[in-house]
Amino acid sequence: MVGLFFTLVSAAGVIRLPDVFSRAHTASQADTLGAGFALAAVALTIGWDSTAAKTVLLLFFIFVTNPTAAHAIARAAYEEGVEPWTKGEERR
Amino acid sequence: MTLVETTIVAGYTLGDLMLVAAAGFVLLAIAMLYRAIKGPTMQDRVLAVNVLGTNTVVILALLGAALAEPWFLDIALVYALLNFLMAIAISKFTVERGGVI
Repeated sequence: MVGLFFTLVSAAGVIRLPDVFSRAHTASQADTLGAGFALAAVALTIGWDSTAAKTVLLLFFIFVTNPTAAHAIARAAYEEGVEPWTKGEERR
Repeated sequence: MTLVETTIVAGYTLGDLMLVAAAGFVLLAIAMLYRAIKGPTMQDRVLAVNVLGTNTVVILALLGAALAEPWFLDIALVYALLNFLMAIAISKFTVERGGVI
């Protein structure tokens, strides 16, 4: 349920925020935390088992790969020449 | 009897709560489609699909725990890694314009 809340924050951010860079920020932080909480709940529910080890592995991969992917996307946007949004401009 | 069936929180079993949480994640994934369709730049769409994939992984894990089907986790693992590769590959491809990935 806590994970659901953080993913809700992430979804609101991705829909509302004005440009790619701020969206990448909310996607990497809030969504990683939400997925982390949910997967931790799954691991605790399963208990001491080999499948719990798989869940922990999944948790680790999400923690490593999600911010990396967001970083790569933001950098690709920068090299493509997307201008960062500044205060007072119209929303895109 | 497993922990999913015996643990009771506020009148519901843990498995039921996990199914409700999975439904919430499905709704959020659908909300993410809005950005994937509308997004003004290419990177917006890739980002939205990446977040959607992460949500799918969480949904698979929750369903695997709630329905006591441990092999769902294998699929979730493969999906997480493919999702990451997809994001990196598309970002590299759009910058280098058809160069070898």
